[in-house]
Amino acid sequence: MRIALFITCVNDTLFPDTGRAVVRLLERLGHEVVFPTGQTCCGQMHYNTGYRRPAARLAVRFVQTFEGADAVVVPSASCAAMIREHYPKLGRTGSRLSRRMADLGPRVYDLTEFLVDVLQVTDVGAYYPHKVVYHPTCHGLRFLGLGDRPYRLLRAVRGLELLELPGATECCGFGGTFAVKNGAVSAAMGFDKARHAVGTGAEVLCAVDNSCLMHIGGTLSRQRSGLRITHIAEILASTEKEYATT
Amino acid sequence: MSSATFLGMPPFPEAARSAVEDSRTRHNLHKATHTIRGKRDAVVGELGDDWQRLRAEGEAVKTHTLRHLDHYLEKLEESVRRAGGTVHWAADADEANAIVTRLVKQTGESEVVKVKSMATQEIELNNALEAAGITAYETDLAELIVQLGEDLPSHILVPAIHLGRAQIREIFLDKMAEWGVPAPEGLTDDPRALAEAARVHLRELFLRAKVAVSGANFAVADSGTLVVLESEGNGRMCLTLPETLISVVGIEKIVPTWSDLEVFMQLLPRSSTGERMNPYTSTWTGVTPGDGPQDFHLVLLDNGRTDVLADTVGRQALRCIRCSACLNICPVYERTGGHAYGSVYPGPIGAILTPQLKGMSSEADRALPYASSLCGACYDVCPVAIDIPEVLVHLREQVASTEAPLGEKALMAGAEAVFGSSTALDAAQRAAGVMRGAVPKHLPGLAGKWTDTRDIPDIPEESFRKWWNEREEGR
Repeated sequence: MRIALFITCVNDTLFPDTGRAVVRLLERLGHEVVFPTGQTCCGQMHYNTGYRRPAARLAVRFVQTFEGADAVVVPSASCAAMIREHYPKLGRTGSRLSRRMADLGPRVYDLTEFLVDVLQVTDVGAYYPHKVVYHPTCHGLRFLGLGDRPYRLLRAVRGLELLELPGATECCGFGGTFAVKNGAVSAAMGFDKARHAVGTGAEVLCAVDNSCLMHIGGTLSRQRSGLRITHIAEILASTEKEYATT
Repeated sequence: MSSATFLGMPPFPEAARSAVEDSRTRHNLHKATHTIRGKRDAVVGELGDDWQRLRAEGEAVKTHTLRHLDHYLEKLEESVRRAGGTVHWAADADEANAIVTRLVKQTGESEVVKVKSMATQEIELNNALEAAGITAYETDLAELIVQLGEDLPSHILVPAIHLGRAQIREIFLDKMAEWGVPAPEGLTDDPRALAEAARVHLRELFLRAKVAVSGANFAVADSGTLVVLESEGNGRMCLTLPETLISVVGIEKIVPTWSDLEVFMQLLPRSSTGERMNPYTSTWTGVTPGDGPQDFHLVLLDNGRTDVLADTVGRQALRCIRCSACLNICPVYERTGGHAYGSVYPGPIGAILTPQLKGMSSEADRALPYASSLCGACYDVCPVAIDIPEVLVHLREQVASTEAPLGEKALMAGAEAVFGSSTALDAAQRAAGVMRGAVPKHLPGLAGKWTDTRDIPDIPEESFRKWWNEREEGR
């Protein structure tokens, strides 16, 4: 299958390892990955902060860039939710643009959804000998309804011990510009998430959104907790062979 | 006795900053919200798929009623009049307060007992009555605590949720005597002892009062029946013993018929107190000769509601049945408490209701739509499916188009320029890669709000797209 990768601006700029892991994983599973180079950002930050017109312009760019793709894989549940849930509302009702957006939406997948639902694989042949907790990010949990998909993928990873995260369904406090507009509340939520994660004794906290992980990880690092963060793609891309070399 | 008010409180980010540092309140709130969450989950969960059907039905009834509100309001007015009640229309808080004050004065009384009511809190009726020389006694236990403590409500359902029982004991010992029967000597902070002290204190008021003021959870248009759901029986006392009853009700509280009411009788107790059914449900229809108040007045309150109705996205907030499930689930509310929202309607519903009812002319009202991480938990639990995140974003659009801070506007414009072309993004990423070693641990300005408590990630040497392009070239 030919898969178009929408890397997202955050991953592209700050977390290229996640992108490389997605490419490695999908190619290992026997698929072709393409990266339409005209892509930039889905517009979620603009949309959520109340800047609808810039968000709509970025949505148009996205649709123009990805319209021809059979499947678009996004290693970010919140960006996938932005495209699927909010894009159709950005064009005028009944307009050609909103139809194009509604048409593309169902072919846009978060990585874990794509693996489980489209490729129908839960054991991706990964090896990751660590104690891990999974934080279900809000957009993955409540907007996309990822359910147990990420857990099924993680449980199939050899060597991985999946621990239960207390208060898992509670927001980490990132929330885009909320993190700075209401920094004190955001930090208080992040502290609690970090405390719960550290309390499990895990070595690694993973999620489907690097933006949330950047917030939780920044908190963990400031506390010198020793608990590392990583995107789920990097765990799923890891194999015994590659593990030894990295 | 002094009157507390939300007026003049600082905007949410500032109020929230001090609230999160109050460890006693955070402890009280964490404990209380998690207890109610657990109870709600159990009684909602036991209904299985029926819950989503009930929720859809509740949404549908409210949406229909709001669409034809003019029709149902006139129907309600006619039904109440036919049943012997008097109907008054109040365009705003001042009008409503003036009507209630006049009605109380006409009775010759100088005190009223009150059933817990959000509408009268919204219009600050107690302060208006006090200014006219009339004492209003709150009889709901939590409202009584707040009133005695000269405090402000911090939760829709449990106004004293921010207080622990030791604090409540102190308030009772300190203040009850000023208002009536004093707290017994040697009062402990045992919940039973506190409830008994309140019971004795209130009993005298119930037996003495000639006028009661209430709100209503629902108003049934075709019969003219008002409905109050409560837990303590204080409402039943106020609604039956006095000679005059004045009910102040928001115009959005209407349901067309009793069979519509049935839906909400299942949705509300499960969503609010986490019970299958609340202990006391009182219904009254006009005046019944020889039974209960012989003089009944319904004050229908607009106070901004028709403005909300005119907004196609925002109007869904009027479906709210004041259950508080969104407050109890909200991670922001749990950490800041209700006072930080500067309104009698705190939490997620307050963040969309207050700025719509009051307008967004003040900085405090403009800050409310941003008091959320948009996590969506409120929408999930709302028994009438109000898409609170959608309305929050809608209100943010209104703020951004007029009064957004310059720094934010510059950030958004800058981001759009960078994301406007992949060449610009690539150039920005390359520049960041060069600068990566020179980024300080603590950043200035808006970014400093991040680095105050969190590290920023290491900036990678090369972006993903640079890596990809090099890989493609190498093939």
